Amino acid sequence: MIAVELFKLVRRLRTWLSIGLICALPLIVAVFIAVTHLAPPPGQGSAFLSAVLNEGQLYPAAALALVLPVFLPVAVAVMAGDSIAGEASTGTLRYLLARPVGRTRLLVAKLIAVIAFTLIAVVAVTVTSYATGVLILGPSRAAAVGTGGISGSIAPGAGGAPTAGLQAGAAVTSLSGAPLTFLELIERVLGAMAFITVSMLGVAAIALFLSTLTDSAIGAALGALATLVASEVLVTLNAASAVQPYLPTRYWLAWIDFFRQPIFWRNIDRGFGIQAVYMVVFLAAAWANFATRDVTT
Amino acid sequence: MITTRDLTKRFGRVEAVREVTLDVREGDRYGLLGPNGSGKTTLVRMLLGLVYATSGEISVLGYRVPKHVSRVLPEIGALIEEPAAYPHLSGRANLRLLDAAGPHGARRTRRRRVDEALEQVGLAGIDRRPVRSYSLGMRQRLGLAAALVRRPRLLILDEPTNGLDPRGIRDIRNLLIGLNDSGVTVFMSSHLLPEVSALCTRIGVLDSGRLVLQEQLAALQEPTGRVLISTDDPERAVAALDGLIERQDGADLVVRSPDPAALNARLVAAGVPVRSLAAERRSLEDIVLEVTGAGSDQFGVPASGEPDVPSTTANGEPQ
Repeated sequence: MIAVELFKLVRRLRTWLSIGLICALPLIVAVFIAVTHLAPPPGQGSAFLSAVLNEGQLYPAAALALVLPVFLPVAVAVMAGDSIAGEASTGTLRYLLARPVGRTRLLVAKLIAVIAFTLIAVVAVTVTSYATGVLILGPSRAAAVGTGGISGSIAPGAGGAPTAGLQAGAAVTSLSGAPLTFLELIERVLGAMAFITVSMLGVAAIALFLSTLTDSAIGAALGALATLVASEVLVTLNAASAVQPYLPTRYWLAWIDFFRQPIFWRNIDRGFGIQAVYMVVFLAAAWANFATRDVTT
Repeated sequence: MITTRDLTKRFGRVEAVREVTLDVREGDRYGLLGPNGSGKTTLVRMLLGLVYATSGEISVLGYRVPKHVSRVLPEIGALIEEPAAYPHLSGRANLRLLDAAGPHGARRTRRRRVDEALEQVGLAGIDRRPVRSYSLGMRQRLGLAAALVRRPRLLILDEPTNGLDPRGIRDIRNLLIGLNDSGVTVFMSSHLLPEVSALCTRIGVLDSGRLVLQEQLAALQEPTGRVLISTDDPERAVAALDGLIERQDGADLVVRSPDPAALNARLVAAGVPVRSLAAERRSLEDIVLEVTGAGSDQFGVPASGEPDVPSTTANGEPQ
């Protein structure tokens, strides 16, 4: 069944279209910055963008920061929201269950397909943006401190505003100013990818749960996104500080701490922890609901 | 093959299926009849473990459902309401995918079984077109092929001839009769009486969720003891059959007699030119309409069976 779900994933045009769009955004941003030489000043704009003109190798981190707030969660919520509700609305759910595919097994296969999709998307963004960074922005380009450019339409939120150094040089500079070797950079990027994937799986768990509640795939996806938007609103609201540590998006940007020297683990650990809680709770709820529900579509 | 005892399903305050005691035997071609909304589909879904019963028991192929449904389902081919497939994949790819999902679909024989099933339903020459370009009849045939891919012992088919043209209906009927001859038990639901009449050996009738009739079709359609005669000389016929005539309508007579052959001999001896002569049998339509009320899509028509009045099931037990 897992193989069947993965086959369905790769045979679907939508999968590749959404991954293509996710990869396209950083590419477009890189082209603009490279052409104009106007990167946002340090502390403004999306994380890492101020540094990428000097250090193209950091572009994967900047790209992840660009797609994290909207593109990735939308794609993941759509995939996960479709998983059960989509099968229900096309009528194929009843035929799968009558084959028989156990309900638990089906849910696990769907979850694995969503994890695979998230991983493919994150890896695709990282690889394409690394190529973009090295080829378009270049690692040894002369420093050109941005004076205007892209203003921060995407708030960096928690996790600290990036203050990447601007020195040109062979070694990439960490947010703390100390240089990172290439091997360290790979380590940090892998860490960031893992963190972002896990953050997305928190979203996926919510969408998957909603997908077992309704027969409308779009309803499930929008429900999960509404949860994220609500969480984002509360994260920036001082009055809600009591609940902030438990909000799903509270530590979303903690992966930036992977690029400090040494790695600042506190928020990263909390981020992993809170996502694990969301996954356990919502996947359990999805299972409990799906295993006992009448399939009438 | 399928038995249920006092099977009841409530959706909120609506009782979709009420105390149904079903008995489908091995080798049957069983037709479940009933107006729209009488609970046919809910009953079928309960047999397949898709909908959980509120109370009552289900046993399919000797196993309790839904407890052991995973042991039962590999032996069942099912068509539930309408066929469904992934629209962007071809019919063949859909069958392969469905067969690969879940256990018991041996990969070694998959290609052969898929080809065989497509051939059985008349889609052997199917090309690589995606299912979204299929006609309604092709989708229906594909749905039947999906039910046949595992070579099941029991077919549970909800409206199997839906959307088919007359030739398609006859093809599928012959296919089902052929499968039944080779040992497959067929349980189908339908509201098309001519279809059930032409195909089934045993029927059950659902009305407002209750099974109001369950019997061998042959037993229900035993001669009524009347003979229908058509003759060019009705006066002489009436004279020859004095006292037996129940009704006369021009050249057509309804005669009370258990033995059409003796009646025919008598008419011929009296020199009556007989155009046609046949024992009267009740039509399936008469049988079904007699035991059912209005369908759920009708309003303002009084139901024939009040739910409060105890009715009896086909095997004579009070419900």
